[in-house]
Amino acid sequence: MVMGELLARWRAALREQSPVAVATVVEGPQGVVGGKVLVTPEEHVGTLDNRDLDKAVVETARGLLEGGRTETVHFGPRGQRRMEDVAVFIQSFAPPPRMYVFGAIDFASAVARTGKFMGYRVTVCDARPVFATRERFPTADEVVVAWPDEFLKTAEVDRRSVICVLTHDPKFDVPVLKEALKTEAGYIGAMGSRRTHDDRTARLREEGVTEEELSRVASPIGLDIGARTPEETAIAIAAEVIALRTGHSGGRLADRSGPIHAPEAGVREGA
Amino acid sequence: MNPVVEKVAEWREQDRQAALATVVKVERSGPLGPGTSMAVSEDGQVVGSVSGGCVEPAVFEEAMGTIETGEPKLLTYGISDDEAFGVGLTCGGIIHIFVEKVDW
Repeated sequence: MVMGELLARWRAALREQSPVAVATVVEGPQGVVGGKVLVTPEEHVGTLDNRDLDKAVVETARGLLEGGRTETVHFGPRGQRRMEDVAVFIQSFAPPPRMYVFGAIDFASAVARTGKFMGYRVTVCDARPVFATRERFPTADEVVVAWPDEFLKTAEVDRRSVICVLTHDPKFDVPVLKEALKTEAGYIGAMGSRRTHDDRTARLREEGVTEEELSRVASPIGLDIGARTPEETAIAIAAEVIALRTGHSGGRLADRSGPIHAPEAGVREGA
Repeated sequence: MNPVVEKVAEWREQDRQAALATVVKVERSGPLGPGTSMAVSEDGQVVGSVSGGCVEPAVFEEAMGTIETGEPKLLTYGISDDEAFGVGLTCGGIIHIFVEKVDW
């Protein structure tokens, strides 16, 4: 066989967007370096020629895969923790993070496009069938006609998820934001003028949303770059999504000193 | 889909030898994070990258060598004005790249 089983399985998992981690020994005794194991939540392919080391690496890889993390982990020759003999680079390929866009307006189309551009799996949802159509959102992975809050209750949301509420109509905004705050979404943003924002905030408070919860909502949505068009606004939103994830302020690099990239960016989400 | 893994699999299906170079560690400021990879085929085709273009030519040579010898290598590239390194990064970072022959 020309292509090994490990490579075939790796390609298949990436194509199906199913979670997979690949562990490679990058430092250690001769003969061990270059050893490779592919790990999925259910099984593994390959061996490092030591049963105990295999077991430790597979377990560790599954843990990292769960969080979509990529790291170098050290083990003893037989998989012992707290030893440094063998360095194993474990790369997680998690399925793409999700972006949910509520409100099928022109801004949503631009936001969906930037979401795809950044590698998100994008869902656009609106209760109005006239607006939530495939034709209007050709780049979205999914276009759903449903009440946003009802839909969000059943949607898959994790810490990497982005929720953009663009309806700027309290009738839709308030229930979907309340639902969004029950999730662990990494980003929740809501569009609207200052006035819409004040009105919406007041309504959310009336509904029992706490100040701490309110502070999770990026509202008005986006970085202050003077965006006007749907496309520019989508960039302002995309930039805020990135800045909040990385913990950066979003100002100009020219205006500050220090390194541009955070040291040891440990996570890279592949696939 | 991952363009590097896709291309490597395609080369191997055509019975062409290949090497994979993967960024495994970045110290200080570096352009691309751990996991970024580049692959080279025995006939000199390249897919992917491991930096902003600063070290790719050197990694290419190392990868071609690994295709021949089968020996994996852990490479380190640092600041370009340091004479200890033949090539380097202008950004001031240090990157560690693992190069291996695709025999799995």
